[in-house]
Amino acid sequence: MKSFANLYAELDETTRTSEKVDALARYFASAAPEDAAWAVHFLIGRRPKRLVPARRLAEWAMEMAGVPEWMFAECHEAVGDLAETITLLLPPPSEEREDLPLHRWVEERLLPMRHEDEAGQRAAMRGAWAELSGPEAYVWNKLITGAFRVGVSQNLVVRALARAGGVDEPTVAHRLMGAWDPTPEFYTRLFGADTSDADASRPYPFYLAYALEGGPESLGDAGEWQAEWKWDGIRAQMIRRRDNVYLWSRGEELITERFPELARAAGLLPDGTVLDGEILPWKEHAPLPFAQLQRRIGRKVLGAKILAEVPVVLLAYDLLELEGRDVREEPLRWRRARLEELIASLPTGATDRIPLSPIVPAAGWDAVLEAYRGARDRASEGLMLKRLDSPYRTGRRRGDWWKWKVEPFTLDAVMVYAQRGHGRRASLYTDYTFAVWKGGELVPFAKAYSGLTDAEIRQVDAWVRRNSLQKFGPVRTVKPELVFELAFEGIQRSPRHKSGVAVRFPRILRWRTDKKPEEADSLETIIGLLEG
Amino acid sequence: MLLRVSDRGMYCEAGDFFIDPWLPVDRAVITHAHGDHARWGCRRYLGSREGERVMRTRLGHDARIDTLEWGEVRDVRGVRVSLHPAGHILGSAQVRVERGGQVWVVSGDYKTEPDPTCTPFEPVRCHTFVTESTFGLPIYRWRPQAEVFAQIDAWWRGNQEAGRASLLFGYALGKAQRMLAGVDPTIGPIFAHGAALKLNQDYRDGGIPLPPADNPMGAPKGFDWSRALVIAPPSANGTPWMRRFGPVSAAFASGWMSIRGARRRRGVDRGFVLSDHVDWPSLLSSIEATGAECVWVTHGYREPVVRWLREHGIQALAVASRWEGDEGLGMGDEGADSPAEETTSD
Ligand SMILES: [Zn+2]
Repeated sequence: MKSFANLYAELDETTRTSEKVDALARYFASAAPEDAAWAVHFLIGRRPKRLVPARRLAEWAMEMAGVPEWMFAECHEAVGDLAETITLLLPPPSEEREDLPLHRWVEERLLPMRHEDEAGQRAAMRGAWAELSGPEAYVWNKLITGAFRVGVSQNLVVRALARAGGVDEPTVAHRLMGAWDPTPEFYTRLFGADTSDADASRPYPFYLAYALEGGPESLGDAGEWQAEWKWDGIRAQMIRRRDNVYLWSRGEELITERFPELARAAGLLPDGTVLDGEILPWKEHAPLPFAQLQRRIGRKVLGAKILAEVPVVLLAYDLLELEGRDVREEPLRWRRARLEELIASLPTGATDRIPLSPIVPAAGWDAVLEAYRGARDRASEGLMLKRLDSPYRTGRRRGDWWKWKVEPFTLDAVMVYAQRGHGRRASLYTDYTFAVWKGGELVPFAKAYSGLTDAEIRQVDAWVRRNSLQKFGPVRTVKPELVFELAFEGIQRSPRHKSGVAVRFPRILRWRTDKKPEEADSLETIIGLLEG
Repeated sequence: MLLRVSDRGMYCEAGDFFIDPWLPVDRAVITHAHGDHARWGCRRYLGSREGERVMRTRLGHDARIDTLEWGEVRDVRGVRVSLHPAGHILGSAQVRVERGGQVWVVSGDYKTEPDPTCTPFEPVRCHTFVTESTFGLPIYRWRPQAEVFAQIDAWWRGNQEAGRASLLFGYALGKAQRMLAGVDPTIGPIFAHGAALKLNQDYRDGGIPLPPADNPMGAPKGFDWSRALVIAPPSANGTPWMRRFGPVSAAFASGWMSIRGARRRRGVDRGFVLSDHVDWPSLLSSIEATGAECVWVTHGYREPVVRWLREHGIQALAVASRWEGDEGLGMGDEGADSPAEETTSD
């Protein structure tokens, strides 16, 4: 556990990518496979489910630290994070113990807690706390609270594993996809030379685009690019191998069962096919609002009614595997041609469910710009620009794929509530609720937390503390004084919201210190945008 | 009552003097030279002999400063006033006042851990103890300083290997000198930001040995900074002054660095938990050692400390100080760096 806790601390201490990769590679090169397997599992975000309710953890920690509940609350308020609060409060262990390796902590101490009753869990936690201190206790508490996050992307873990094991990055990335158990055998296989081990269900790593700043002219000749509409759905891979079908989300969740109509269509694909696309709620050749899809996602049981109301398609973007062969290294123009042939050859029941992502005619950048300007009318978020020569890469990479999103809606709103943030901002008020005018009244309509600089956040935080009207748990009502310019992507009517509207991806553009609350926008303006 | 809080600070009516007033007054008794304790513009100051040089540097050469040796008693209109080491920075004092058998002690800022750059804290028996509470929550528990300096030395060596200059931020008065005295000077050359140079000299003149530390501005062109440790005030972080060093690793030494969020927000590569204030266990043991029946709590987490003391059978009261963050965190040396507030003081 010590070496893993040290790794965690090292990763936490630096913001330099190269140092993170160095620290990871050092760890992987020296860790035992049974520990390294768990480390990979946690580092790429496959965190364990919360095993013990937070309230109970807090109770046991108070008991052990000898502090009353009000003092625990004060401490939690100052620290912001439960796992860290507990770590700082617990008395250091009275004696140095032998270091138990990570896999034993996980397999012998953590996982068995699932089957324990409350008394058993309490005993297990007290036992662990009596043995651990400092960074190890912190990592343990993070694992227990299910909030283990360390700020390394999967790409970095892949890079470090590839370096430590002397294997190329795409191979490691692919082997980390899909379902696997963190066993020493799995870890050893990550570095194996034989690549025929591919599990039939395993998706490829997704290639993600960077946002294009400014116009596309910097990309060179428009003729070398393919433009497509950018939609807001669920990015997914559809796999048909060895008589089975699998649908994976970008978050590497297996979602086959949530989309039975897509699973049926996938069954009509030839064996050894993998498609990359976007799941969209779709009716009469056009997408429905994302909120419709959310209605489906939330449900455990999909009745006939919802299936009829919100039918979905996989809009096919790309072809990754053809006749059992990984074709990601082929250029996009080749993959697109094969994709078109493939879709055309499918029976109607499948082409309706797996339509091709339409190509936006782009004779020159002028035509592309024209299309871009019309994106919102089609309920599209903008354009995707993909270099026709590009292979299908791994992870988020610059250069070959760009997303060019339409300018957001903006308006000025007044801050009315403030709430503490999470993670590194847990001790600051960083999450704000904003209101606009409706007659003489301010109606809350959006919550946003990103967009300010650290210095501004500190200023706003200090202001919030001085100008609170009321405190409800972590939320404070503040004097309606501060005005912010907000941006958001879409607006919809929503009877569930007091304001009657719901906005998508609201974020703070800037703090309008030059504006008084009276100058903020009104609900009518928002509704105007909705209709406009 | 021997002391009360007026609109200008803690006031002794019988002796007609203030302790650490926040506005100009006629007669001020000063616990130590940090900006939130020693304000400009008072007619007369009384402070410790040990702290005279730094007080003069801070208050100006025409300030009228009277001094007392540790334990020396001055009768001020029938009030017996004496100063006792607080262990916070060079010359930092607790103020003991006595009249008619009643003894009050005002701690100022203090720490109990030994520090080679000042006389160690001495508990003083009293009836009423006025204590600071900058780190008055049980989450604040310092590791032994030898351990912290070993971390700093290791970081410095690591930076040398990586070809980066080591920039260590800490307050110019007190923390800078303690860091100078604590690091291993055989590792490489040490420099100190201009803001600390005069104070370093005050310390040396006061008989505190410190390793040599020149102003980096005086280094020859093309100097290799990758082996150097540069000690600077936090306000220098992110300024153009830093550019001369090429690639750097920046670290900040403060009690606040025990919280991850505070470390991250500071925008430095490393945080070292090194404080010149008492941590929670020492706060409680110091209060106990005074034998006080009544405790006034100021400067920091006043409310939680007061409540804790009351629940443990000690009479306690929260006392206002001038600079109030919402969490009751004062702005002084490390107080200035509290999670809630940001100033450039010290
Ligand atoms: Zn101080």
